[in-house]
Amino acid sequence: MPSEQPRHVLAAIASPRYLLSEWPWRALLSVLTALPVIGVAALLLSPITLPWAGMLVQLAEGGLRTAPLVLVSGLAIVGLAMFGTLLAAPFAALERRRLGIVDSRPVDHGPRNGTVASWLADRYAAPAAWRELLFLVLLATVAPLAYATLAFAVFFVGILIISPLLVVKDGKDLAGVADAITLGPWQLTTPAQAFPYVLLGLALLPPLAYLTGLLAAGHAATARALLGGGGQAELREVARSRTRLVDAFDAERRRIERDLHDGAQHRLTSMTLQLGVARLDLPDDSPAAAALDRAHAEAKDLMVLLRDLVHGISPQTLADLGLPAALRDLAARSPLAVAVTVEPGVADRYPSRVENTAYFAASEALGNVAKHAGPASAAVRLARQGDTLVVEVRDEGRGGADPARGTGLTGLADRVAAVGGRLLLSSPAGGPTLVRVELPCLP
Amino acid sequence: MPAVTRVVLAEDGVLLREGLAGVLQRFEFTVVAAVGDAAALLDAVAAEDPDLVITDIRMPPSFTDEGLRAALALRATDPGRAVVVLSQYVQAEYAARLLDSGDGRRVGYLLKDRVVDIADFVGALRAVVNGGTVIDPDVVRRLLAHRRDPVAELSAREYEVLALVAEGHSNAAIARRLTITEAAVGKHVGNILAKLGLPPDDDTNRRVLAVLAYLRSNPET
Repeated sequence: MPSEQPRHVLAAIASPRYLLSEWPWRALLSVLTALPVIGVAALLLSPITLPWAGMLVQLAEGGLRTAPLVLVSGLAIVGLAMFGTLLAAPFAALERRRLGIVDSRPVDHGPRNGTVASWLADRYAAPAAWRELLFLVLLATVAPLAYATLAFAVFFVGILIISPLLVVKDGKDLAGVADAITLGPWQLTTPAQAFPYVLLGLALLPPLAYLTGLLAAGHAATARALLGGGGQAELREVARSRTRLVDAFDAERRRIERDLHDGAQHRLTSMTLQLGVARLDLPDDSPAAAALDRAHAEAKDLMVLLRDLVHGISPQTLADLGLPAALRDLAARSPLAVAVTVEPGVADRYPSRVENTAYFAASEALGNVAKHAGPASAAVRLARQGDTLVVEVRDEGRGGADPARGTGLTGLADRVAAVGGRLLLSSPAGGPTLVRVELPCLP
Repeated sequence: MPAVTRVVLAEDGVLLREGLAGVLQRFEFTVVAAVGDAAALLDAVAAEDPDLVITDIRMPPSFTDEGLRAALALRATDPGRAVVVLSQYVQAEYAARLLDSGDGRRVGYLLKDRVVDIADFVGALRAVVNGGTVIDPDVVRRLLAHRRDPVAELSAREYEVLALVAEGHSNAAIARRLTITEAAVGKHVGNILAKLGLPPDDDTNRRVLAVLAYLRSNPET
């Protein structure tokens, strides 16, 4: 079992096990599925490409006239400019899908715009659309030549391998003569003569597999370069892995909370209860009574300490009741007077990473208000806008909050970014300060 | 108050369940069934018909509000059933739902940590069995911590008095707390009841209703 599986065909070609792996077959599948796509693309662009081909022929014969050239190239450019990007879109979409056959790395599917109007605007304004058009032009011009080369090689090797069958005398031949086939300078008339050619054909199969792989890799690399959105996909993959990491942390924190609650907290409560029971058995004037009272008080303090600690690790109200209830609980715990507004449309439950991040953001922001801003009150607003959950914490304090001064805002921004959200801060000197956190809230 | 109060106890933690049962046995309570989840609680109550039910809110399988739901179900079938729920944390909405069941009497909402103050805890249980309403001081404090509009027409002093009423103190005890005369407390309570528009019939009931009005006016805390 190799430790590093190749993720795309070019990497596979470089590996010594290429011929024994699945990759030649994947390359073959890629090439076969490319043929109809290239065919349609070449056909659609033929009104533009054929006149050019004609002119190239004229040029070769030395009789080129410039008037048609100007006309044809002008028409081609105008046509491409007007409809090319629209035409390119379905091809680009299809080619991105096909890319997966020989390349398991993620590919960026570009922006998905809602309305037809914005999609149309995008088609003419976005550089990506023009890159897609360039790809379509390559599909209609360069690709047919490259694929024809491979087709010729396949045909040639195929002929070599089946040559014994071709030279078998065919009784129904119209001319009544034995078939002879010509392979280069040699005439073959019997299957036995063809035998070395069969060997040669078989020997050429591995190079053919490499050629197929190279063609598929070239096609895929071109598609990735022109349709891949410039590394966005890799970034997205990184973002996804970061989200997974956040999820794992949250799950771990919940596990620790559950363990502490079911174990330590429970036993401490039970022990404190036993101390209370023991105290009941002692007369008030006994020397042990005072010591036991102290121990009981100590144990009660420890219960509070542990409860707050566990709450800090993973707020139980959040796990049990969801974000709106937990934010109200947070507000009630705060030394400030905090008003919590939950707009209509906000659900009780969201994916736990969203809930945790939103809660953490509100908690951090309220903590900052209590520490720095010096007002007696703050307001928390929870709202939903489309697929975005918005948490706003506002205070009428001194303002001038500066992420660079290490007020915990940087850590908060990191945490928010890790789940694909963003943090906005408005804090002019003199206040008010508004911290706004936007989180994508689809599961 | 019966000579011996028969109790059904529901708490999923074995240690604490045993500990609580031990404490209850020391006083005038007999634990007739000690169970670890809501379904067993309902079965035990149906089988034993106890004088008092004590249940934790957070129990298996989902560890959310099974105990509360069981308590509400019990109160729905028998509005006079004495029920005390133990809550992990202050959740005013739970308290409000509980107080809304039956006529808001013979119920208690206590924080779980309160059980270690044995004298207070046992006192609260007795109060509930005797027809009272007990709300954990912390819950009330939380409700009154940040004054908001709903019962805004009450003065600061009236708020204080209402908080103490909600904690179950008598007028005399409130007078001692606030170092004012008992007559002054009576006047405050009268004003509160008037401002909340509560009819002057049974005073205990009016006090409970005042607390209920307060809790309902702050369902979002």
